[in-house]
Amino acid sequence: MAGHKNTAGADNAAVEAKKRQGCAILAGESDHIVAEAAARIFADLADPQTINRDKDNAWKAPLWRALEAAGLPLAWVPEALGGSGASLADGFAVLGAAGRCALAVPLAETLLAGWLLGRAGLDAPAGAMTIAPARPLDRIAMSADGMLNGRVIGVPFAAEAKYIAVLAEAAAGAVVALVEAADCRIDDGRNLAGDPANVVTISRVKPLRSAAAPAGLDATALMLMGATIRSVQTAGALETALALSVGYANERIAFERPIGKFQAVQQNLARLAGETAAALAVSGSAADALAEFDSIDDAALLEAASAKIRCAEAATEGSAIAHQVFGAIGFTNEHVLHRFTLRMKAWRDDFGNESYWSNELGRRVAQLGADEFWPLVASR
Amino acid sequence: MSANLQFDPIRLPPECEALRKDVRAFLAEEIAAGTFDPHRPGHGDTHDPAFSRRIGAKGWIGMTWPKQYGGRERSFLERYVVTEEFRVANAPVRLHFVADRQSGPILLKYAPEHIKADILPRICRGELCFVIGMSEPNSGSDLFAAKAKATKIDGGFKINGSKIWTSNAHIADYMLGLFRTSPPAKDNRRHGLTQFLVDMKTPGITVNPIIQMTGQHDFNEVVFENVFVPDDHVMGEIDGAWKQATSELAYERSGPERFLETFYVMLELIRALGADPDIRSAEGLGRLVAQLHTLRRMSVSVAGMLQAGKEPVVEGSIVKDLGTIWEQRLPDRVRELTAFLKPEIGNRATLEEQIVFATTIAPKLTIQGGTTEILRGIIARGLGLR
Repeated sequence: MAGHKNTAGADNAAVEAKKRQGCAILAGESDHIVAEAAARIFADLADPQTINRDKDNAWKAPLWRALEAAGLPLAWVPEALGGSGASLADGFAVLGAAGRCALAVPLAETLLAGWLLGRAGLDAPAGAMTIAPARPLDRIAMSADGMLNGRVIGVPFAAEAKYIAVLAEAAAGAVVALVEAADCRIDDGRNLAGDPANVVTISRVKPLRSAAAPAGLDATALMLMGATIRSVQTAGALETALALSVGYANERIAFERPIGKFQAVQQNLARLAGETAAALAVSGSAADALAEFDSIDDAALLEAASAKIRCAEAATEGSAIAHQVFGAIGFTNEHVLHRFTLRMKAWRDDFGNESYWSNELGRRVAQLGADEFWPLVASR
Repeated sequence: MSANLQFDPIRLPPECEALRKDVRAFLAEEIAAGTFDPHRPGHGDTHDPAFSRRIGAKGWIGMTWPKQYGGRERSFLERYVVTEEFRVANAPVRLHFVADRQSGPILLKYAPEHIKADILPRICRGELCFVIGMSEPNSGSDLFAAKAKATKIDGGFKINGSKIWTSNAHIADYMLGLFRTSPPAKDNRRHGLTQFLVDMKTPGITVNPIIQMTGQHDFNEVVFENVFVPDDHVMGEIDGAWKQATSELAYERSGPERFLETFYVMLELIRALGADPDIRSAEGLGRLVAQLHTLRRMSVSVAGMLQAGKEPVVEGSIVKDLGTIWEQRLPDRVRELTAFLKPEIGNRATLEEQIVFATTIAPKLTIQGGTTEILRGIIARGLGLR
């Protein structure tokens, strides 16, 4: 966009307007009361523009307290095990709202950890949790004497978590265990968006509690659940990136008219809408599908792996378009756009990236053969 | 945000799966009887009158229409299942498909009773072929530049001018076409076009073939010289056709035919790769699977909204934009993914024939039914940019 180089002052007005728009977006239409409650908390305490200005992370503690007071982090833990026993659908709706706000506290991770503990019948503690492994090629082992060992990478928010829910391999099969983060060695790694993403080294750690994983809950099932969570968050982040981009294109004047009046810009924004739509549709479908499966079959693999693959592609394409629309202001630190674009790109790598799941899905489809392929697609 | 994109995870109801079984059994019988060859994509693009009649006898043409006109009053989601199964099998449905998808619904809405009673049951029996008369030599995407004229005379109208890119005109029984009845208004250039039902056997109509680069004859130029159309063949409001187009577009643009047109190359790719592909091929295949699944879930979601009486114009346009670009690129992706396969794979000849065919028809996919550029304009309008 030639001629779009401008004074910071001119764009500050747009930035301020965006700030007010900010999390109002996430009050969008929702059938879920739980998600609406979450959206209100995000709007009050996790406004992207306010957070973006806050250099010392002072917003995190009050936000987390409010989330805990609302019972959101343990939404997927049955009431009997200390949680609030919300449905999977409600939890996914909360995660969509979190994505629309590019939420940068371990809410998704605690939800997933609570789900894993709950499936194994283990009590969930209060406090932020994360999950390990968070990448499909990593493994944690439980030895015969019940001690955990393993080195896993890219564990989201491990450095800010009090506990880690672990899916470990033992001689008798998969085991779910809860460990204290303080008992593990955690490096200070960060992902693309600056959120903690840590190498976690577990050396002869005794878990606080553990139980055999229920039938069907294996490493693949955990990764697909995590992949679906990231897909739902990505779709939410894309919704906001689209809304911000359209808003900016309608306000920013160049060549004596709003840049959104230029067909070249309109075409780009239509493509961003297409990527957003694809992400919304496939992540919503996967979330809906996982709510009805007890174990992973071919249909669940198709739904969840497709969601991760297509949402990661949408993040790649969509973030590039959003930045193109915003021009120079979009890659300044003071602008909120990067909170969405960098996070959606960082999420591509969690719980299996698009290349990993494409290979898994492609191999499975090849095994099933050409005659079984369309019936599988049509079954969804 | 002005456009709240909505793609609810609609699932096809149980009656759809029972129907799907029937359709698959029917198609398997037809393939066994040699009616068509699912591996020969050119076949799917042909017309087969006897086959269309057998489909009609099954109740699968005009199946959502009222029973009094030969329909079966089944849901739009059931029609979706029939459409996708026929498309995936590469079955030759060209003769009745346009009438089933577009023309019948327009007649249902705008035709007088005696015309509905005459024509709709014949469509349902698979006896009638319709052609759409919109584009002209100097009016394509810009529909409202149409010049072919309908002049009021005693008892009807006299049509002069020409229509082009008219698929099926050489075999069609009827055209639903837009003709100019008044000049455009100063404040509304869309004003002045009227939709007519034209019997293709009327004297004064000449159909000139236009052969595509695939070698197929599908397109035509249709020339009208003093063609008489009676008053009761006006469909809807005189000069007001522009008001009638919007809701039909979502049906036309979001169906399974908007991403499955080259699907056969994907099936043939899976056959060629075998049960244990290398990592490059497996990854490439997996991506295609994920993209296809996404498109289908989007398309089913739009079908569900249409069934619920909504008008998801933006969502429907998005499905066609993403779907046609995907099906257009598919033959190139398949070509790349088979680059390192051993020369002696069993289906190489079929695969290569299919890639050639799909590559040659691919350019039309992003043009027919609304070009990519037009669709993105509609999406941009939905976003509040226009």
